[in-house]
Amino acid sequence: MAIDSRDLNTNALQAQGMSIDPLDDTTMVINMGPQHPSTHGVLRVVLELDGETITRATSHIGYVHTGIEKSMEYQTYLKAVTNTDRMDYLSAHINNAAYTLSVEKLLGIEPPPRGQYLRVMLMEIQRIASHLVWLATHCLDMGAMTVFFYAFQQREKLLNLTEMMSGVRMMPSWIVPGGLRGDAPDGWFERAKEFCDGFPKAMEELEDLLNNNPIWRDRTQGIGIISAEDCIALGVSGPTLRGSGVAHDIRKTTPYSGYEQFTFYVPTGEFCDVYDRYRVRMAEMYQSREIIKQCIENMPDGPINVDDRKIVPPPRRELDNSMEAVIHHFKLWTEGFHPPIGEAYVPLESPKGEIGFYIVSDGTNRPYRAHMRPPSFMNLQALSAMCEGRLIADVVAVIGSIDIVLGEIDR
Amino acid sequence: MPDLRIIFPEYALGIHLPSLVPYIALFGTIGFILMILPGLIWIERVVIALMQDRSGPNRVGPRGLLQSTADVVKLFFKEDTMPQSADIRIYYLAPFLTVFCAFAAGAVLPLQTLTFRLVDSSFKTVPVTVGDVNIGLLYILAVSSLQVYGVVLAGWSSNNKYSLLGGLRGSAQLISYELSMGLSLLCVVTLAGTCQLNKIVDAQNGLPFGIPYTGVWWQVPLKGSIFSWFWLGTLLVPVCIYTIAMIAETNRAPFDLPEAESELIAGFHTEYSSMKFAMFFTGEYVSMLIVSGLNAAMFWGGSLPPLNIPPLTWIPGFMWFIIKIMGGIFFFTWLRASFPRLRYDALMNLGWKRMLPLGLVWVFLMAVWGLFRPAPASSDNIPAEPVTASQTTVQQVAPPVEAKSLASRQR
Repeated sequence: MAIDSRDLNTNALQAQGMSIDPLDDTTMVINMGPQHPSTHGVLRVVLELDGETITRATSHIGYVHTGIEKSMEYQTYLKAVTNTDRMDYLSAHINNAAYTLSVEKLLGIEPPPRGQYLRVMLMEIQRIASHLVWLATHCLDMGAMTVFFYAFQQREKLLNLTEMMSGVRMMPSWIVPGGLRGDAPDGWFERAKEFCDGFPKAMEELEDLLNNNPIWRDRTQGIGIISAEDCIALGVSGPTLRGSGVAHDIRKTTPYSGYEQFTFYVPTGEFCDVYDRYRVRMAEMYQSREIIKQCIENMPDGPINVDDRKIVPPPRRELDNSMEAVIHHFKLWTEGFHPPIGEAYVPLESPKGEIGFYIVSDGTNRPYRAHMRPPSFMNLQALSAMCEGRLIADVVAVIGSIDIVLGEIDR
Repeated sequence: MPDLRIIFPEYALGIHLPSLVPYIALFGTIGFILMILPGLIWIERVVIALMQDRSGPNRVGPRGLLQSTADVVKLFFKEDTMPQSADIRIYYLAPFLTVFCAFAAGAVLPLQTLTFRLVDSSFKTVPVTVGDVNIGLLYILAVSSLQVYGVVLAGWSSNNKYSLLGGLRGSAQLISYELSMGLSLLCVVTLAGTCQLNKIVDAQNGLPFGIPYTGVWWQVPLKGSIFSWFWLGTLLVPVCIYTIAMIAETNRAPFDLPEAESELIAGFHTEYSSMKFAMFFTGEYVSMLIVSGLNAAMFWGGSLPPLNIPPLTWIPGFMWFIIKIMGGIFFFTWLRASFPRLRYDALMNLGWKRMLPLGLVWVFLMAVWGLFRPAPASSDNIPAEPVTASQTTVQQVAPPVEAKSLASRQR
């Protein structure tokens, strides 16, 4: 009647191409995911357990592979932007910017200062929003569910800002080659300022719940340790790398979109564990708020887009009385623009790590190849190194601390 | 000060009222538990929603009051699935065992005391308890620790790896917390000198720290007040140990390891659906009531009002008991909203390395204090013959009811 669990173990291992001697088989293979509450989507981790201790952890991906990169090759440069939102769906603005900067490098253009400032502001808003989702889900995985609601309240304000500007909450496609799709509406900066004023108090509340909470510290300190050398060897980037003490932030090392004009510091960890990654991300949210405040204070006037009608569509009012504008509009939305033959890659700092689009142009109106460097994918490689020898509860903590988005990993 | 307690006659309509008390207690306890359960779930959801700054249930019925009823109806009509490789008999037994043990433990909770005027004009106080046995405390500990069999058998018989891990965690957790719980209750037993729960409540109906009651004006409001209950009488530590142990015992957050939903899906009841799941759920909530009730009786004065002054003494004792139980339920909810889940090894550390030694030291301290303090209020603590449910005890040293009434008639 009952199936011998040893047979199941052996089958599971053999399915992975591992042979096993049934006489010394004292471990249990457990399949965590793809349907599991805390694998942040559809990650599947095959764990080999000795009691509750993990002896081996292998991650399997590909359950939400949708071929986004391939479909980008069939769309004009301007329309392909919408695909990038769907990759890392928690930081759409930054994905848009990553794609846009590569295309702009191909085209050899750069938007005017107001456009740059608005981009920086949107990206930092998105960074806080993404970190808040990370905090919420990380805490939910650990069983602290109240933090989830408090963090989402703050995120709601940020999504409202995005919605006020673009009409969309999560998939705005607002940053496009040539600049942005539109300027900030009336009252937007005031709303952003209001958020910045209220944010530290809300964050203090969250930190009060967690920072010195003995259970939280016990669950995170000394867990998921990975050294700086291992991080670099595995290609880990972003807060996970900074948590291991490497002050590598692309906004500082190779500034883009005018990040060199802003004052902020790069928080780093010391003990390479889950707690340090948590502290790094919390500190980054405060830094992002600083950048947003500087943007609001120093926001320059002027146009937001490059003055090139071959790349940026003409404003609506021109269409009524200029034949040329109508032609430009028509050509741009049917055929698009043709970047010169070449390839480009511009790295950006996303909330997860280094993001960038490698775009090859063959001179036509569609990218010959568009490939994303997904930070979550690289960071996920550190999972097995962080988990081995730990307990099942730690796997959940570690997955939370490297902040993966499966939409970005599988694409 | 007039005694405002209601005094019942011994006979009404030819029925001997004191012998009806256990049956009233039986229907009262079961009825109360069954009636309060949906309300309890509603209270928990509303309280946690308030703490998390959200609306909570508000769709079904006024203020969402019928939400739990709707949930029960839904559970009735759900498909009852069973894994093919489950061990059927044990799989069916486990939820019944959980519910049975949870309800059975309620049999000795001292709800309140009723005073009767006997035919010979003497007074008799009868505790409203299903079985007022002299080993009440041992009984409640024994029955509630049998409950772990429900968890272990459910985890084992489902033939699911997550369930198995949940069952293992459950048994380890229960064994390690049962000890500390027993030690903390032992501190009370050394002071009260009895295991009979209504006498433990009665032992708290004196002055703080066993000061003899002489009826001086300042002693009257303090008699049986919040300061003379055993939370203070045992110097705070046992009540802390018991409160932690009771949460671990009922597998509630932050000690909900056997069903840690972010690690083990649903732990031991992963494979249970429909009413079998509902029985586990009922079992969990009933044991929350029972352990809170035990907490109220042992440390918080049971049915005694917090101060012996008129507006509070007018409220009947069972209402105070229910209020104290609800205080416990609120505490459960509060913890669930605030804390992350402990890790398995941290839980074991807390149980074996902190609470157990502390409990041992405190039992020793209480024993020493018991040697030097004034004598406890109730003198006859060990009855000569075993007392059954139908044969209720009398507060003063008195022969059984029948013999006494017969004697008066002879006179």
